[in-house]
Amino acid sequence: MIKLQSIDQIQDEIIEEFEEFSDWEEKYSYLIEQGVELPKIDANCKVKDNLVMGCQSQVWLIPDYDKKNQVMLFKADSDSMIVKGLISLLLRMYSEQKPEDILSTELYVFEQIGLKGHLSPSRANGLSAMIRDIKKFSFAFNNNSNN
Amino acid sequence: MIKTMEKTDIKSSVNEIRKDFPILNRKVNGRPLVYFDNAATSQKPSSVINEMRRYFEEYNANVHRVGHALGQEASLAYEQAREKIALFMNAKSSKEIIFTANATESVNLVAWTWGRDNIKENDEIIVSIMEHHSNFICWQQLAKEKKAILKIVDITDSYELDMQQFEQMLSDKTKLVAITSMSNVLGTINPVKKIAELTHKYGAKILVDASQSVVQMKTDVQDFDCDWLVFTGHKICGPTGIGVLYGKYDILKEMPPFMMGGGMITTVSIADSEWEMPPQRFEAGTPRISEAIGLGIAIDYINNLGVDNIRAYEEELTSYMIKQLLEIEGLTIYGPLDMEKRGATIAFSIKGIHPHDLGTLLDELGIAIRIGHHCAMPLHQRLAVDKTMRASLYFYNTFEEIDYFIQSLKKSVKIFQKFL
Ligand SMILES: Cc1ncc(COP(=O)(O)O)c(C=O)c1O
Repeated sequence: MIKLQSIDQIQDEIIEEFEEFSDWEEKYSYLIEQGVELPKIDANCKVKDNLVMGCQSQVWLIPDYDKKNQVMLFKADSDSMIVKGLISLLLRMYSEQKPEDILSTELYVFEQIGLKGHLSPSRANGLSAMIRDIKKFSFAFNNNSNN
Repeated sequence: MIKTMEKTDIKSSVNEIRKDFPILNRKVNGRPLVYFDNAATSQKPSSVINEMRRYFEEYNANVHRVGHALGQEASLAYEQAREKIALFMNAKSSKEIIFTANATESVNLVAWTWGRDNIKENDEIIVSIMEHHSNFICWQQLAKEKKAILKIVDITDSYELDMQQFEQMLSDKTKLVAITSMSNVLGTINPVKKIAELTHKYGAKILVDASQSVVQMKTDVQDFDCDWLVFTGHKICGPTGIGVLYGKYDILKEMPPFMMGGGMITTVSIADSEWEMPPQRFEAGTPRISEAIGLGIAIDYINNLGVDNIRAYEEELTSYMIKQLLEIEGLTIYGPLDMEKRGATIAFSIKGIHPHDLGTLLDELGIAIRIGHHCAMPLHQRLAVDKTMRASLYFYNTFEEIDYFIQSLKKSVKIFQKFL
């Protein structure tokens, strides 16, 4: 599988969806709903090795590389509903994308939808730690596939 | 600045008091800040901020070894701060007051001087399960180093210290009891006077961690009859970087230095050095001058309000808050419900909802509470919860803020409960 939309197109799509909400309650309800709909990961994936370091809630991130289509695949989960919501946005943008695209795209979506605060490294949910790991894995697979 | 308080006057003058704390005017995410993380650190009144500024603008100099005018002014202010603290906790003399960096350093100082000298193999050190890490880890590691035994007093079902168990633990092997006067999670007040009395029966020493209680209850080291008492300046309206170690002078006199360098010696030759008497012996290097002066002004501020008045008002606030919290479905409070037995720190959790999730929404609404293990992991293991939410009140908080908090909490809970 490969995504037809670019990361930027998805960012714009998310921004459009969030524009409909006038207050924080609706915004967070929508975000949480996105997380609830995220496919569950196997219990045996919830191991220490898959934990994202630097998150105060538990976040598991499992990367994979689809050789045939040359795209990254990500699965992730968290015990926090808000973090799951944020994860769902990340996976929607980054899963099934080429590593070089993941590495070269700038994120502006969180700023635009008023969740920029979540990007601060000291923030409990560790969104920035997840993005860091997604890029790290993409970098690793990108290098491997180039060799 | 508010004038000296009559009895239980805080309730009617809280809006005046709030004006003394510039930060309370702040907005967070477009909403007025509701600061309920006072157990972590308190906000600072203008008098403290201004005096620290004045120190740097008008009389900044090194202390103790300087003959010039500025040096004398700075030394005087630094020593006056020590006097104020001695009076505040009813020490016999200001020589019993040592300035440290924080409560953590105060505990370390005792552990690695007196502790290292006096704790031997098979000796017993007693702490409680509700200790902050800063009054736990030192003793755990000292026990390891000395092959001594660390004993841990449990809590009862009503989150009080299990005094029966404590009494049974005491024996001739007990060398030290290190205990908090108020839990920074449960809010539980421990009967330190009684604990000291029992401890001394066995010839053991007692260290009290008063970091939480010092701004909520009267601290009287002679009445408590504790051997050491520690607290940290930043929770009592003072700046960060300053803490206090009180110790009975006879005990301090026998303790070796913790750190070595300038300011703590009488003579130094190539072969050896001789130590100053306490408190100088324990204040190596240029001390925290501006911070000590700031803490002194903070103590003035607290004295002005009166600790008993603070306690009375905070009891009202706490009771008001707890009553409303208990109405929320699935909410558990970790701590005594009897106001007599607790301070203004309220730890809680809500079934099915991650504490960080609630914290995030409350932050969105301008409310600052603390999420986590609050540096008390052994306690959280005992409570069988990973993390709790903690709202901690202070004399500048109001009933209106509590209403807003409860309303926001309910609203947030509803958002998550839709998906449970
Ligand atoms: C009960 C108690 N003891 C000790 C400390 C440690 O204070 P500090 O970090 O300033 O050393 C705290 C504060 O976090 C506390 O609440």
